[in-house]
Amino acid sequence: MAPLAPRTGDAVFANVERVNAELFTLTYGAIVRQLLTDLEEVEEVNKQLDQMGYNIGIRLIDEFLAKSNVSRCVDFKETADVIAKVGLKMFLGVTASVTNWDVDGTSCSLVLEDNPLVDFVELPDTCQGLYYCNILSGVIRGALEMVSMKTEVTWVRDMLRGDDAYELRLKLLKQVPEEYPYKDDE
Amino acid sequence: MQFFGGSDISPSPPVATGSGSNGHMMYVFNRNGICLLYREWNRPLRTLSSQQDHKLMFGLLFSLKSFTAKMDPTSVDKGNLGVPQLPGQGCSFHSFRTNTFKLSFMESPSGIKIILVTNPKTGDLRESLKYIYNLYVEYVVKNPLYSPGTPIKCELFNTSLDQYVKNLA
Repeated sequence: MAPLAPRTGDAVFANVERVNAELFTLTYGAIVRQLLTDLEEVEEVNKQLDQMGYNIGIRLIDEFLAKSNVSRCVDFKETADVIAKVGLKMFLGVTASVTNWDVDGTSCSLVLEDNPLVDFVELPDTCQGLYYCNILSGVIRGALEMVSMKTEVTWVRDMLRGDDAYELRLKLLKQVPEEYPYKDDE
Repeated sequence: MQFFGGSDISPSPPVATGSGSNGHMMYVFNRNGICLLYREWNRPLRTLSSQQDHKLMFGLLFSLKSFTAKMDPTSVDKGNLGVPQLPGQGCSFHSFRTNTFKLSFMESPSGIKIILVTNPKTGDLRESLKYIYNLYVEYVVKNPLYSPGTPIKCELFNTSLDQYVKNLA
């Protein structure tokens, strides 16, 4: 029996249950709004969003693997491609392009033309330091950590701050080898 | 866009080609060697404490995987035996069979290991293990009350698992 071929982002997206995009956007907006009220500091909100994303990411990875039939990636390049073409498509309904590789192949940019999180959003003057979509970077960081890749994910460009696209910078810090988890003393 | 629960588990369960209870027991481990789930259906003989038993099972799989990667005749690049491998390195095994039982094994890239011990006459269970992984996603990962890395205490998961394994060929 041949293993199932990995499914494309479109194929998975077509099969999963979806929720109305506006409901999703507005719910996310309400969460950010509430965090701003509760935490007051914009920096704290960025941190909190990242942490929430991380918690989502460490669970979401299993759903991603189970539904997409993606097996282990050979290198970080393939990983970035899979995130951009399958992962984002499956959960957000958009795709990103992967660009700006550095020479070692350990960091790259994901450029999103379209971002469903930010419809109807404008940043007021008091929130200029806010990374509104910081939850996304947390999700990616959490998911990659579960497949043994320690990464750093940061926003480089943000349309809400007047840039021309959304750009996430992915940097691979280290790949954690699989170790025998028990001590020898028993 | 995808939210919790409700979605169909895909792929649909592989068709059972026989009947009878062939399953002996099942383990689910995470990457840290924590036994998330141990399920037993038919195990007349027990010689170890459950903790030792889980540890032994995990150790067996870990070493066997390391051996299979070392023995791989098609790959040039193999590390020394026992040296930790990076994820994605090395090949792995699907199952082994003795005269009294068959052990089927699946590992997801996220380090979840699913082990099913069955009757030696059982056929290829790779699809079934994938299906069990899907059950795990639907009933455990998506359960907001479950904190990752802790033993699974989820009735719904157990019942659907029992049901499914009972009908395995």
